[in-house]
Amino acid sequence: MTFDYAHLLPIVPEIAVLVLASILLLVDLWLKDEDKGTNHLIAVFGLLVVIGLTGVVGGGEREIVLSGSYIRDPMSDVLKIAVLVVSLLSFVYSRDYLRDRGLWVGEFYVLTLCAVLGMMVMISANSFLTLYLGLELLALSLYALVAFERDNPSGAEAAMKYFVLGALGSGLLLYGLSMLYGASGSLELGAVARAVAWQGADNQVLVFGLVFVVIGIGFKFGAVPFHMWVPDTYQGAPNPVVLFLGSAPKIAAFALAFRLLVDGLGQLHADWQGMLVILSVISLAVGNIVAIAQTNIKRMLAYSTISHVGFIFLGLLAGTTEGFAAAMFYAIVYALMAAGGFGLLVMMSRQGHEVERLEDLKGLNERDSWQAAMMALVMFSMAGVPPTVGFMAKLLVLDAVISIGLWWLALIAVFFSVIGAFYYLRVVKIIYFDKPEVIEPLVVGSGARVALSVTGLAILLLGLFPAALLTYCQAAFA
Amino acid sequence: MIELSDYLMLGGVLFAISVAGIFINRKNLIVLLMCIELMLLAVNTNFIAFSHFLGDMSGQIFVFFILTVAAAEAAIGLAILVVLFRNRRTIDVEDLDALKG
Repeated sequence: MTFDYAHLLPIVPEIAVLVLASILLLVDLWLKDEDKGTNHLIAVFGLLVVIGLTGVVGGGEREIVLSGSYIRDPMSDVLKIAVLVVSLLSFVYSRDYLRDRGLWVGEFYVLTLCAVLGMMVMISANSFLTLYLGLELLALSLYALVAFERDNPSGAEAAMKYFVLGALGSGLLLYGLSMLYGASGSLELGAVARAVAWQGADNQVLVFGLVFVVIGIGFKFGAVPFHMWVPDTYQGAPNPVVLFLGSAPKIAAFALAFRLLVDGLGQLHADWQGMLVILSVISLAVGNIVAIAQTNIKRMLAYSTISHVGFIFLGLLAGTTEGFAAAMFYAIVYALMAAGGFGLLVMMSRQGHEVERLEDLKGLNERDSWQAAMMALVMFSMAGVPPTVGFMAKLLVLDAVISIGLWWLALIAVFFSVIGAFYYLRVVKIIYFDKPEVIEPLVVGSGARVALSVTGLAILLLGLFPAALLTYCQAAFA
Repeated sequence: MIELSDYLMLGGVLFAISVAGIFINRKNLIVLLMCIELMLLAVNTNFIAFSHFLGDMSGQIFVFFILTVAAAEAAIGLAILVVLFRNRRTIDVEDLDALKG
């Protein structure tokens, strides 16, 4: 069997990210402490190049390369670019924070880029093996990133909890994959799908494996009742890590769920639909209700993540192309909103003062009205207030659920969203109507300021013109 | 003759022991790491048994990758454990209670 170099073309973006991480690892060795800014420049410039490469390589029909273990299709192009853009934003947001705390070292960039590589492999996986390797590359990098601030006891505790529960989730997923392999006799998703279509849902081993796979996906998404790690990890990890951890991996998790449940086990839709209904209803309920009781804004946003996961599951469980497009749109939009929300927390944190209580946001409007407006926009979007993009995302998901006749599920989702609006609007109230505890204006670097403005305007413009992104999402499943 | 179902039973029992170990163990984080390793080994048993009885090599290839990932996972887990111990002077599961709400 000869090796065809043309097969390497679709994976050029992944190779580029790997090269970028290796270059950073080497360059960092020769950098003096005061020159660490070079790392940042290389990482940002490199990611821009990779985004360009993904655009150049992408487009056109789906192609399956490397003996069926790797796939490039319209969905993977869009998701990869979304992951890269959100990662780029998180680099720009974190720059000043890392510099001020002496955390501005090459490891941060290398680990983050390894996580990005893992996500890209996950998004393009066409076999259980590539899917698992991508997932673990992402997870292992994130465990290390959470414990990144070595002298911070809560960071270490958060990393330990994340590690144990993350490894448990991977183990459960892997056990499910082994059962699916046994029942279908193949690791490749296409062959698995054919075997499933031939055997149907009567095969108990398949359904047994499916249960474990859904539990594993629940762990990776952080859906209730597998959400125990989410609030603790968000609270304990350093703000720039939470910014990264809370945004881009949600897009990759959507790809994981789609590849396994739809590409691999689409024939078992009736079986996993019921499981996802349960997961999404309790995620919506627990996420929105518990978030109200939080005084720590990172914990509050963690529970808000859980409720948004419920919405992504709603789109997935519809099982129609419009449902998948809606879930994909929601995942990308959520990652953008999370990047904006956590980005502001990163920007407000200063030497020796980590912004994590709700009171820290008091009177933000008097300190910096532009940042306050952007934060309010993010909160309105998360709550789903028109004309922001959060409203469009929720509307599309609900539309997909109603169109398969599950109108009661849509009613539940709307009910809990209304409850959830309370704690988002409370943040807006704190920003605009409370007296600030600190008077001095915010000192924010120009890069972060531009990034926050871009995020805020994207939230607004995508809300007014959703077709700009939605057409790509719909084309991915056409 | 040992049947496929026997291997699957063994894998299932090992897996159940490891999951039970993660949830019941309230003493020591090292034991928790051992449970995670055991879980991956249970999966390996499954893969090898299926691979043998299906006559398909790819399952065994998968096992090599799982072993490698398990080694990396253990390394990162122990590294986090060292950081935790330096900060807290304890590796008791019950002492990990600073983060809650």
